[in-house]
Amino acid sequence: MFDTNELVINMGPQHPSTHGVLRVILRLDGERVIGSDVVIGYLHRGVEKLCEHRDWAQIVLITDRMDYVAAASNNLGYVETVEKLMSIEVPRRARYIRTILAELQRIASHCLWLGTHAMDIGAMTVFLYAFRERELVLDLFEEYCGARLTYNAMRVGGLPLDIPPGWDRKVRDFCDILGPKVDEYEQLLTHNRIWLERTRGVGVIPGEDAVAIGLSGPPLRGSGIPRDVRKDEPYAAYAEFDFDIPIGAAGDTYDRYLVRIEEFRQSVRIIRQALDGLPEGPILGKVPRLIKPPAGETYHAIEAPKGELGYFIASDGKSNTPYRFRVRPPSFCNLQALSRLIKGHLVADVVALIGSLDIVLGEVDR
Amino acid sequence: MPAWLPPPAVLAHLGLILVVFNMLVLSAAFMVWMERKVCAYIQDRNGPNRVGFEGVLQPFADVIKLLFKEELRPKAADALLFAIAPVISAAAAFAAFAVIPFGTSTTLWGLLDQPIPLQVTDVNVAVLVIFAITSMGIYGIVLAGWSSNSKYSLLGGLRSSAQMISYELSYGLALAAVIMLAGSLSLREIVLNQAGTWWGFIPRWYVFLQPIGFLIFMTAGVAETNRAPFDFPEAEQELVAGYHTEYSSMSFAMFFLAEYVNMVTVSAVATSLFLGGWLGPFLPDWLAWVWFLVKVFLILFFYVWMRWTLPRYRYDQLMEFGWKYLLPVAVLNLLATAALILWIG
Amino acid sequence: MDVIAFYIFAAIAVVASVLVVGQKNPMHSVMLLITSFGALAGLYVLLDAPFTAVTQIIIYAGAIMVLFLFVVMLLNVPREEPAPPAVSALLGPTGIRIGVILSLLLGAEIVWALSRIGLGWFPQDPAAASVSSVALIGASLFTRHAFAFEATSVLILVAMIGAVVLARREH
Repeated sequence: MFDTNELVINMGPQHPSTHGVLRVILRLDGERVIGSDVVIGYLHRGVEKLCEHRDWAQIVLITDRMDYVAAASNNLGYVETVEKLMSIEVPRRARYIRTILAELQRIASHCLWLGTHAMDIGAMTVFLYAFRERELVLDLFEEYCGARLTYNAMRVGGLPLDIPPGWDRKVRDFCDILGPKVDEYEQLLTHNRIWLERTRGVGVIPGEDAVAIGLSGPPLRGSGIPRDVRKDEPYAAYAEFDFDIPIGAAGDTYDRYLVRIEEFRQSVRIIRQALDGLPEGPILGKVPRLIKPPAGETYHAIEAPKGELGYFIASDGKSNTPYRFRVRPPSFCNLQALSRLIKGHLVADVVALIGSLDIVLGEVDR
Repeated sequence: MPAWLPPPAVLAHLGLILVVFNMLVLSAAFMVWMERKVCAYIQDRNGPNRVGFEGVLQPFADVIKLLFKEELRPKAADALLFAIAPVISAAAAFAAFAVIPFGTSTTLWGLLDQPIPLQVTDVNVAVLVIFAITSMGIYGIVLAGWSSNSKYSLLGGLRSSAQMISYELSYGLALAAVIMLAGSLSLREIVLNQAGTWWGFIPRWYVFLQPIGFLIFMTAGVAETNRAPFDFPEAEQELVAGYHTEYSSMSFAMFFLAEYVNMVTVSAVATSLFLGGWLGPFLPDWLAWVWFLVKVFLILFFYVWMRWTLPRYRYDQLMEFGWKYLLPVAVLNLLATAALILWIG
Repeated sequence: MDVIAFYIFAAIAVVASVLVVGQKNPMHSVMLLITSFGALAGLYVLLDAPFTAVTQIIIYAGAIMVLFLFVVMLLNVPREEPAPPAVSALLGPTGIRIGVILSLLLGAEIVWALSRIGLGWFPQDPAAASVSSVALIGASLFTRHAFAFEATSVLILVAMIGAVVLARREH
């Protein structure tokens, strides 16, 4: 009867809640999304190509710049891949400290996710609370390696630095602080009627679909698939610790939220165990002066805060740069679900769903 | 007194208008400061504390900054409507306060022969006047959204008009229940009807007779003033800034001002209708307006508190809530009130 | 004073109403219509009927016109296209002739009606003429005009159901 055209809206690359420079072209009927195009690439720096032109030790520093809110996890994935390629034995103490760093990093990354996700749904205060705790993690990292965001915290074969004296005490204090704070976030959100209405049943993705799309990390576990690289293919020192993998049931935004909230607690649990059992010993294994892996290729994945972070590295055994360097970034793979998730939802849900996937554009575009 | 001056009563009235206007501007400025300060303490930080004592002068610094900003207008905007939209918004916000009484009468320490009431004008349909004027205020938002010729603004304007249609009804019905109790549409009479106490300690405020009406009124009031958790027309994370995305400089400031003055007005209406206006114990008559201010700012504090605690509802959920829950409850409340009045007499 | 105010309001109402028809942009038409309603409300105040004036603003300017705006915005009609010449008979010379005849008829009817009732029909007693009391309006609405009132409400109900049926989407 009326000629009601669909409204095409460009959400991003400059928009308050696309978490960076993501651009989503939405086709709207009223406020309902009937179709969308996700445009990426605004932050492309050619990280993978760049890595093929740097020597093996320099690459650690470049990996910092991918998921810049979880730099230590990126470092860890890379150094472990090279170690696998070169069959280097990493000292136990180094593996423990790496685990602590990776879990602290998970907490920091989840804090950032919680803050921005809550802010997207309008709960401003949670944002500041979460950043308050993230600040504490950054302080710990600063004390460990001097940097607050891009740490360059690991070396092939171990760690460049041992932990400073008294640092473990501070990490323990932080663990004591975080527990009650997570309860505080939950008080503000978990049983909040508005929060429930905004997240329950929004962006449901069933388990099989999640696997088919190639989701990983909390979005996959939120759909009820208990897949976690830390458990399935243990790396660092995870095999020696006791922790649970939280999974969701419905696969909606609320479940993904609950999974990440529970991961805060599990991370604290892992950190405590690692601190308790922290062995003495060297922090750097037997590594040749010039790192030059033998010819061959390998793929190694770790459970980064955002999902499965994999590195595929090929070495020709001659040059001192990788022959081929390829990253499987969790944000990029998880982002593939977005178009499918937001279809049929409202504009307000689009921002909630972008937040729920927890993407970092530095990693998506690389 | 020179003969060319108007009579003192007229002068006093003009003075009163000036006082009310400035009071509104100042309370909006104060609200901005309070909002930022309360929010800062809720969020475990300090908030503005550089300009003036604890940052009280921050709003003025902000206004001065905005005054010196360039006024931008999108090329494809409808120039006329784009320019008058903020004016409509601000004018409606200020005009509504004209019929709200905020104290008893005064002779200004014997300067006047006849005492004048502390109220710009006492209309016998005051409640409806407020209702009419606030419903005009919506045009500012809708026009701003449309005339900007920007999609986010348009969505903000659409949301705003849809929201207002859904909420005005419950708002009106909540008002009607109080009007029935008071048997008058004049705010002054409604306030005076609430004088006295039950059993010597419970004030005869309508909030105790109309608790549901009060809740409906407050809920609808939040939607009316576009405050969180119902701040859809300007939902920052979804629509960038909604209807005022394209506004800058003083036109933006006018929307901002209108929003805060509207909050003050809604709180003042709630105070007059449900909380006994300026009535209160301990204070002498000529200081009664202090009670009024205290009550208004308590409600305002509640608004601020809510905004910084709750997430935002979704637009369709609000519509659903408005039509499926609030409106039926408001109708039932009205019917029950009417039945009780008939029964008790 | 009253007379001056009357002419001002009347002039605004008439001019705005005429302009409503002439606007190319539907948004401007709506705004002018609101202006016209505002001027009408002013006239009601002059007639010592503040209640009617306020209801006029609440219902027409406040609620109905918001819906108009809503529809105009939703349809997103930027500009009325100038009518293509002679698409149908109604817009052609025949149509114009019919229009002229109809308006002449209407004018004649008004003159006839006014001459029939005369000015004496209007009550001269100011106390009786005043409709400012809400109680009086309510009483007369529900007693003398009860039938008209109920008939109107049924009419509105019918319109409402019709709107719902029209708007319902086929799933």
